[in-house]
Amino acid sequence: MKAGKLKQILLITDGCSNQGEDPSLVATLIREQGITVNVIGVLDRDDEESDSLTEVEEIATAGGGVSQIVYPQVLTQTVQAVTKQAMTQTLQGVVNQELQQILGRDQTIEELPPEQRGEVMEVVEDLTETCDMQLLVLVDTSASMQKKLETVKEALLDLSISMNARVGNNKYAIYAFPGRKKATEKILDWSSQLDKLSTVFPKLTSGGVTPTGPALREALHQFSQSGLLRSLKRHAESEQSGFGL
Amino acid sequence: MLNQSKAALAYKLSPGMLIKGKWHCHHYQIHKLLGKGAIGAVYLAKQDDKKMVALKISDKTASISSEINVLKKLAKVQGDVPGPSLFEVDDWVDPMGYCYPFYTMEYVRGDTLDSFLKKRGSSWLGPLYMQLLEELDRLHQAGYVMGDLKLANVIVTSNPVRLRFIDVGGITPIGRAVKEYTEFYDRGHWQCGDRRAEPKYDLFALAMMALNYAYPHQFSKSAQPKRELLLRLKRANSLKPYQGILENALLGRYETCQQMRKAIQKELVSQKIQKQNRSVGHNQNQDIHWLEPFILSVVSFILFILATFY
Repeated sequence: MKAGKLKQILLITDGCSNQGEDPSLVATLIREQGITVNVIGVLDRDDEESDSLTEVEEIATAGGGVSQIVYPQVLTQTVQAVTKQAMTQTLQGVVNQELQQILGRDQTIEELPPEQRGEVMEVVEDLTETCDMQLLVLVDTSASMQKKLETVKEALLDLSISMNARVGNNKYAIYAFPGRKKATEKILDWSSQLDKLSTVFPKLTSGGVTPTGPALREALHQFSQSGLLRSLKRHAESEQSGFGL
Repeated sequence: MLNQSKAALAYKLSPGMLIKGKWHCHHYQIHKLLGKGAIGAVYLAKQDDKKMVALKISDKTASISSEINVLKKLAKVQGDVPGPSLFEVDDWVDPMGYCYPFYTMEYVRGDTLDSFLKKRGSSWLGPLYMQLLEELDRLHQAGYVMGDLKLANVIVTSNPVRLRFIDVGGITPIGRAVKEYTEFYDRGHWQCGDRRAEPKYDLFALAMMALNYAYPHQFSKSAQPKRELLLRLKRANSLKPYQGILENALLGRYETCQQMRKAIQKELVSQKIQKQNRSVGHNQNQDIHWLEPFILSVVSFILFILATFY
């Protein structure tokens, strides 16, 4: 069985968007293109869970992805957990669709008896291990993130160790927002390794605005620029069958 | 979906609560919480007023199904396999109608490896590692690595003294990405290799277990992780006899468990010879005494082999 290709955007932010269009709206748009949006909200050490981060959950829900709000100390584990969970969730969704076609409208993996569920989950697990993945990381580098950027860098390097241990191929791109002139600034173009990250990761931050919506829109644009959107449309149907049981 | 605001009820089961399986209709009375991990919570429970079992419950269907699949495959492997044996697989529906998958397994009673070594002396380290390596080798032969090998996951049962692994969440087919790991024991974290499942991955974690025993509060990564590890190993007095062996394991010089096992065996035999050469009046560490019968048995075993072949 040929595994398909998964596309994800991972947004790492510590606050509420305050410029440009509504990020949830853009996330909905991105989801329609077959790309999942996951969001990690990074808290300050002394922060209680603040209201500004409720947006985090909204964006992820709109983008069909996973969200989590964490303290910087556990960022490394969270980045991995969220990415893996999102992969499983997407693939589980594809398998669920297949199941519904075969067994009827209301049949989902969760409702199967445990024995059969185990067999189906093995298929999902195989797909998670073997599928190719494209991950665009969008890092909030506004002033309040300054102290957390080193941790973000470490977490991303560690994520690449885990992802590259898989059988499937990976491509990563990293963008920071806000950029100097545009909403985002390219840090790393599509590449299968993140080694270069340690030298190119920004140490300086750029102002106080948080244009999350426009940044997401540019992220979508990056997927299409590398010719992915075109191929995505063309392969939309063949991909469905690629994930077939 | 990962959601931290909705704390799952399955993680807050209180002693005395009764849980009924949706498919097999067995009853489980919760006795106490044994532990909480990334994937779920493990409780000690009594099944149908009869036997005590360990019950692992979670809200993550994918992860728990994958653990069950591994346990089922391990059950087919010949001989003693490191993990606990699987009893039942079922679902529990909470009063709100939310469904949690769970499974029950054998309840393994004993000390964790570090508390056992504290009680009985660090000279147990060598022989216990011999046994650990043998069980691990069987797992590798079956095509899996342990993955999340750490002090807290290894239990020493008494009568007979035997090592058991109690968490199978990390078990991964060789060649795939390690499913679950703990940073301190992970060679990727220390920049000593990747996270692809191979026997060497477990051997690294095994060496880290010894380091964690020597440094109970662990230590964190510095700018040069590999050098840091080797330096820490040199400074650990309790690990002195095995320093070279553990270094080899950290650096990935052993391809298989058997290679490391042979090295420990050789070391244990030479320890005995050195001791004999020393003066009799020398005050030996008390907890060395158990070693003698062990060495004797090893020597007699070798003699036996020799006798059979000649």
